[in-house]
Amino acid sequence: MSSKYNVDEKGMYGQFGGAYIPEMLQPNIDKLKSVYLDVINTPEFSKKYVKLLKDYVGRPTPLYYAERLSEKYKTNVYLKREDLNHTGAHKINNSLGQILLAQELGKTRIIAETGAGQHGVATATACALMGMDCVIYMGALDIERQAPNVARMKMLGAKVVAAESGNQTLKDATNEALRDWICNPEDTFYIIGSVVGPHPYPDIVARFQSVISEETKTQLKEKTGSEYPDYVVACVGGGSNASGSFYNFLDDEQVKLVAVEASGLGIDSGETAATIALGDIGIIHGSKTFLIQDDDGQIIEPYSISAGLDYPGIGPQHAHLKDTDRAIFLDATDQEALDMALEVTRLEGIIPAMESAHAFVALNKMEFKPEDTVVITLSGRGDKDMSTYMDRFSL
Amino acid sequence: MSRIKELFQNKKDILSIYYSAGYPNLNDTVPILEALEESGADIVEIGIPFSDPLADGPTIQKSGEKALENGMSLKVLFEQLANVRSKVKMPIVLMGYLNTVHKYGMEAFAKKCNEVGVDGVILPDLPFQEYLDVYKPTFDANGVSNIFLITPQTPEERIKLIDANTNGFIYMVSSASVTGAKKGLSDEQLAYFERVKSLGLQNPSLIGFGISDKESFETTCKYAEGAIIGSGFVKMLGEVSDLKKDINTYIKSIKA
Repeated sequence: MSSKYNVDEKGMYGQFGGAYIPEMLQPNIDKLKSVYLDVINTPEFSKKYVKLLKDYVGRPTPLYYAERLSEKYKTNVYLKREDLNHTGAHKINNSLGQILLAQELGKTRIIAETGAGQHGVATATACALMGMDCVIYMGALDIERQAPNVARMKMLGAKVVAAESGNQTLKDATNEALRDWICNPEDTFYIIGSVVGPHPYPDIVARFQSVISEETKTQLKEKTGSEYPDYVVACVGGGSNASGSFYNFLDDEQVKLVAVEASGLGIDSGETAATIALGDIGIIHGSKTFLIQDDDGQIIEPYSISAGLDYPGIGPQHAHLKDTDRAIFLDATDQEALDMALEVTRLEGIIPAMESAHAFVALNKMEFKPEDTVVITLSGRGDKDMSTYMDRFSL
Repeated sequence: MSRIKELFQNKKDILSIYYSAGYPNLNDTVPILEALEESGADIVEIGIPFSDPLADGPTIQKSGEKALENGMSLKVLFEQLANVRSKVKMPIVLMGYLNTVHKYGMEAFAKKCNEVGVDGVILPDLPFQEYLDVYKPTFDANGVSNIFLITPQTPEERIKLIDANTNGFIYMVSSASVTGAKKGLSDEQLAYFERVKSLGLQNPSLIGFGISDKESFETTCKYAEGAIIGSGFVKMLGEVSDLKKDINTYIKSIKA
């Protein structure tokens, strides 16, 4: 799809994106750049990928009219149920796409980074399915905090390596994965989990997640007679579920795109992950984008209750959507997200992931009309967050 | 003539030493530089500490983290280097990641380098094409050489393009690795050194990554104008008791 909101031939989204990488990564990135479109656009690739999404992941995921939420907020709320995917979140859409790409490139070893562990589990799952070696980098601190997901990855046969550098969270796991790739350029493929990293990664991940908005269009047409909602709402950390939710609506300017980032304890608290609200332009993990940094250009460790949203940067496409005012960016604190997690659970009988709960905060922060159609991407289920919920709701 | 050019014209078997600014103590940056010159190192690369150093192994990562804790920043580094040219004559190269320099401002950075007497810069994540399209004139106007990395996987065409458009030296990364990761030189690596040597580049080359002792230094000197030692030196700095004496002993152990 050629769109002014999508990547250009130089790998840029407006002034954002690009490939700011050391020479050691250049050959792999150049190779990927030159072949990825040809590979994923072949009918054979597409057939394999679509079959996996249908038979293995369980797609299409439902588009569910949330009656009680709609009633409460006096509008029409639809939930795109990515939480019903195999492994419990949208991440599997991308991991399966990229592992097929890795196979086409003749790679035999897979590496990935993970924060909360959702992308790690999805990638370990894809590797088990394909019989490929799998190494997952995870911050040492996150390994402690996310024991069930670490166990899942191990059970799936992945080797989980602790990133001991920096603050030992997602940012550091990403650094370690990139270092691994530098040292193993020949046999290894790096499956990045979000729309971040050097070009062409943000585009690759967005394409594999674009199935979300592709299905939404068809399903909405069936349900309402129009394929265009008034609003599409998604949470954004790196931004992969938002990217997929927006992708097929980018050029439909009548559809308003809403991204909700995590402000942790509050924008001005110093404990936040609200990149758009606080960041300025810099380079992180090979991409030019907004990021949270100090006056010396040192990247500041973010904070959010949701391990999937505490990334100090944001995908370059989202930076561009902000720059062009194509998307509206909101932020939600830990507490606001927790309140919505409980409300969604009690009104709809769906326990959302902590990340996804942030998206629902838009219902409180925006004025929707009774005739509006609002699609909220429910990116993952809350099983992994039960210890947080038990603690915060005294369950 | 630039200090880098002069060095390569007059000397052989060049030993370049890398260390992180502000390590082990904040104010060690210049004393280390002086000790290096006195003990016979030929050129120095001072690392600008960064929170997310992608191409560095654990030793240099840790030295950078410690330096940041000590209060090092690009601003502080330039303050420390303000009178450096009254103290040392050897070429000085700054090595850092693009984000800190981007934040400082590329033009301000190039000017400041010129002002304090920094001869070259290595920014491993600055895309070569962007350097050509956007920043080269600024660095040229300030007489600052940009030095780029090549690896065993870098295509010949790209090596030639880099060679034609730079004027310091070519930084040959010895193998696919981060800094300090591999020890010893394989036949495959020697074949790569030989291949680059046979290209007859206009710029001199220094070989870095995995060079840590007299033997590997002397081997690389057969294929290139010299070599760069980073992690090995930084590791020594971490255990230093008498800065001057220990640096002298270290340098003499590599280059008698």
